[in-house]
Amino acid sequence: MSEAAVPGGLWRRAGRQLAGNTATRLALTVLILIALVALLGPLWSPWRFDQLDWQHLAVPPGRLAAHWLGTDRLGRDLYVRTLYGVRVSLLISVLASLVSLVIGVTWGAVAGFAGGRTDEWMMRFVDVLYSLPYLFIVIILTTLFQRGSIVVLLLAIGAVGWLTTARIVRGETLALKRREFIEAARALGLSNSSIVVRHIVPNLLGPVAVYATLTIPQMIIFEGFLSFLGLGVQEPHASLGNLINVGAQEMQSAPWMLLTPATFLVVLLICLNVLGDALRDALDPHER
Amino acid sequence: MSAEHLPERAEVLRLAQLSVSFRTATGLVSAAQEVTLSVARGECLGVVGASGAGKSVSFLALLGLLPPNAYVQGSAQFCGAELLGAAARALDRLRGASIGMVFQDPMTSLTPHLTIGKQIAEVVVRHRGVSWAAGRARGEALLTRVHVTDPGRRMGQYPHELSGGMRQRAMIAIALACEPQLLIADEPTTSLDVTIQAQILALLAELKREQGMAMVLITHDLGAVAGVADRVAVMRGGRVIETGPVGVVLKRPRDPYTRALVDCAPQLAPERAPMPDTALAGSEPPLRAVALSLTDVSVEFPVGARWFGRAARLSALRQVSLELAAGESLGVVGESGSGKSTLVRATLQLLRPTTGRVVWMGAALGELPAGELRALRKDLQIIFQDPLGSLDPRLTVGEIVAEPLLVQAPQLTATARAAETAAVLERVGLPARLTGRYPHELSGGECQRVGIARAMILKPRLLVCDEPVSALDTPTQQQIVSLLADLKRESGLSLLFVSHNLALVQRLCERVLVLYLGRMMELGPASQLYAQPLHPYTRELLGAVPIPDPELQPARLSRVLAGEPPSPLNPPSGCAYRTRCPHAIPVCREKVPAWEAVDGARRVACHRWREL
Repeated sequence: MSEAAVPGGLWRRAGRQLAGNTATRLALTVLILIALVALLGPLWSPWRFDQLDWQHLAVPPGRLAAHWLGTDRLGRDLYVRTLYGVRVSLLISVLASLVSLVIGVTWGAVAGFAGGRTDEWMMRFVDVLYSLPYLFIVIILTTLFQRGSIVVLLLAIGAVGWLTTARIVRGETLALKRREFIEAARALGLSNSSIVVRHIVPNLLGPVAVYATLTIPQMIIFEGFLSFLGLGVQEPHASLGNLINVGAQEMQSAPWMLLTPATFLVVLLICLNVLGDALRDALDPHER
Repeated sequence: MSAEHLPERAEVLRLAQLSVSFRTATGLVSAAQEVTLSVARGECLGVVGASGAGKSVSFLALLGLLPPNAYVQGSAQFCGAELLGAAARALDRLRGASIGMVFQDPMTSLTPHLTIGKQIAEVVVRHRGVSWAAGRARGEALLTRVHVTDPGRRMGQYPHELSGGMRQRAMIAIALACEPQLLIADEPTTSLDVTIQAQILALLAELKREQGMAMVLITHDLGAVAGVADRVAVMRGGRVIETGPVGVVLKRPRDPYTRALVDCAPQLAPERAPMPDTALAGSEPPLRAVALSLTDVSVEFPVGARWFGRAARLSALRQVSLELAAGESLGVVGESGSGKSTLVRATLQLLRPTTGRVVWMGAALGELPAGELRALRKDLQIIFQDPLGSLDPRLTVGEIVAEPLLVQAPQLTATARAAETAAVLERVGLPARLTGRYPHELSGGECQRVGIARAMILKPRLLVCDEPVSALDTPTQQQIVSLLADLKRESGLSLLFVSHNLALVQRLCERVLVLYLGRMMELGPASQLYAQPLHPYTRELLGAVPIPDPELQPARLSRVLAGEPPSPLNPPSGCAYRTRCPHAIPVCREKVPAWEAVDGARRVACHRWREL
C-alpha cells in the first residue's frame, strides 16, 4: 500500500526521505560547512600550517587576534593546523573508502556471480587476508615505503577496508543472482559481464552506499589511530590523528591543543554516522 | 446499502457501515467503504473480489491488525460485543481463542525457529491456561483433525521441513486450537497447487460441516467459494456490491461486475463449444514443421554438496522428449516439484541438461558456442511466474522493455528503439504514461504485461511461459491469458505454457503434457485429454480444478484425493505416481510403466490405462 504510493526511483525516493528529516538535513549542512571551512578557511589566515611564530608559543585561544584558536608548543597556528588536519583526514578517509569500494564491489560481485570454485577461492583469499593482523600489514607497508606518505597510507587503509565490502557485496550478489530478473536478462542473451554491470552492480549500490557512509568515519578513526601511533601522517604535516596525539601529550598544560581537533573529529563522526543511518533507513527495502 | 436479510441462526459477526482509510503522504486513501456484512453460526461467507477490493482490509480492521496509519469507522460486533475501539487486552483474548485466522502464505505466518508442535501448543497454553504437556496432546489431536499424516513426528518439525499444504494444515490447526466461534481464512489456497488447494478447501468444507462454526473465506477464486461458501459477498473498490446465497450470486448475478467475474473464472469446459482461442485445436498439427524438439532430456541437481564427500543427486527431470511445431502451443501441467520449471529452463538452456538434446530449428542448443546461443535467444523468449521479481527494480518500464533491443539489435538508434518500445507497450495494453514508472509502482497485472512486452519486442518464434498467471487474481489471469492468445494468433509463434492449473492450459493450448516428479505421465491433444483422460494423475488434476458452480463443486471437493507428491530425492520405485494412485497394483511398484502410444497422437505411461 505504502509502497505503491511513493513514486520515483530508489534514489529519488531516498533523497526525498532524507530531505524530510531534520536531523539529516542538519548533519548534511554541518558536514558541508566543515568541508568548506577546511577548504577555504586557511586562506583568511596569514599563517601556513608549518610556519613557526617564535613570539607566541603555546598561546591559549582567544588571547591573540592573530591566533584566535591559539598556537602549539612550536608557535604554529592551531586554526590553520586543525583545518589542514580536517582536510587531510577527510581526503584520506574518502579516498580510502573509494579504493575499498572499487576493489570490494568488483571482487565481491565477481565472486558472488561466478559462484562455485571461483567463489570459493576468491573468498578464501579474503579470509586469509582477514586473518592477518592488519596493523602488522600497515607497519610493513609504511616501513617498506616512505613513512608518512599519504599514498602509502591510502593503500594501507584501503587494503584492509575492502575485505568487509567484498563480503557484504558477495552476500548481496548471491541474493540478487537468484532473482528472476537476472534470469530474464540471461534469457535476453546478455553476457555474464553485461549482467553484472547492468543488473547486479546498480542493485548493489543501495547497500553499498550505506556501508560507505558508515565506513568514512571508521576510516577517519583508523587514520587517526595510525597517526596517533606515529605510523600515519608525519610532522610537520597535520591530520586530526596526529594533532590529537600531540594534544594528548600536552593535555594538562595546554588542553586547547587537544580539544580543538577532538571537537572537529567528534562533530565529523556524529554527522557522518547520522547521515549513514538515515541513508540506511531510506534505502532499506523493508522500510519503504 | 440495503439492510442484510437476517438469517434465523445466531449472528456471530456483524459488520455495519465499516469504513477503512489510510493516512499516507499523499492524503487519505480509502480502502473500504460502508461494508455491511454478517455471518451466522455454521455458515460460511465467501468474500470475493479482485486484489485491492478491500476484502482483507475489512476483516483485518475488526481484529485490530491494521497498521497504525489506518483509520477505521463504523461498527464490527462479534457475538454482540463491539470490536472497534476495544481494549488491546480484550482483543488479545479474542484473537486466537474465539476468532481464528488463516493467512495466505503459511511459510511467512509460521515462526521459522519454533517447531509446529510448540506453535500449536502455545495457543492452547496461552488461552486455556493448561500445561504444556496438555497443550501438546491437544496439538497432536488437532493435527490429526486436519488430516496431517504422522502427526507425532510433525509436532517436532520446523515449518520449512513441511510442504506448503502441510504448513497450511498446521496453520488451520492453530486457528482451530481453541475451538473458535469464527474462522477467518484470508486467501488460504492462493499460493498452493490446484491439487493441494482442493484438499485444503475440502478440509475447510468438512470443518464447517462438523464443527458448526462461522467461517469467512476471503478469496479471488470463485471456484473456492462455490465449493465451501453458503453465502457470497462480492466486493469492488472497497464496497460490497452484491450479497446473496452462493447459488444465486454465482448462477444469476445481478451486478454486471459479478457477472464479469463469473464469466472470467477459469473452468473446465469439455462440453462447451471450443472458444476462439482454441479454434486451432485438433486441426492438422502434424503438417506443421517441428520447431523445437527435446530428446531424452534429463536434469539432475547435486544436493548437499560439500568440499569433501559425495552429493546426493536429485532427479528433477527424467528422460523427457517432446516436439513442438511452429505456431503450435503445448501446455505443461503438474504440481510443484513436477519438473515444469526445470523443463522450461532446460529448454532455454538457462540450465544445462545433464543428458539429452534440445534442438531448435535444426540447431542443437547445448552444442552451440556461447556467442551463437546468445544471438539465437532473440527467437526464444520467456515470461516468468513472479511479475514483479522478473523486472529489475532499478530500471523504468521503458528501459526494461527496450533492453532486449540494446542487446540483440544494437544498431538501432535511440528514436527507433523508443518507437518500437511504444508500439509494443501499446500492443500489450499498457498506457504510454507508464513508460517512466518503476516496477514497484505498477500492479501485478501491469508488471506481467511489462514482462510480456519485453519478451515480445524481439518478435520471438518461441514464447515460454512459466506459470505466468499464478501470482495474479482471476480477472487479471483472464486478461493475461487472452493477451497471450491474441499474440499467438497474430504472430504465429510457438508457445510452451506451464501451469499447475489444467483449466488455464485449456484456453491456450492445443496439446498438453502432464508431468509428475519429473516424469512424463500423459501427452495428448487438449480436446481428447480433457474429455477422456487416460492417466489417473491427469484425472486427479482435472478433479482438483475448482469450478465456480455451487451445484457441482461441493461434490467435486468431497471426491478430492488425499496425498502429496513424495520427495524427488527419494522417488518411489516403479511408477512414480503409485503412492498416490487409487488404482495401484503390485506391478506398479515393480516396473516403470512404458511410454505407450495410444491411437496416434496420444501417449501415456500407466500399466492400467486400458482397464481404467
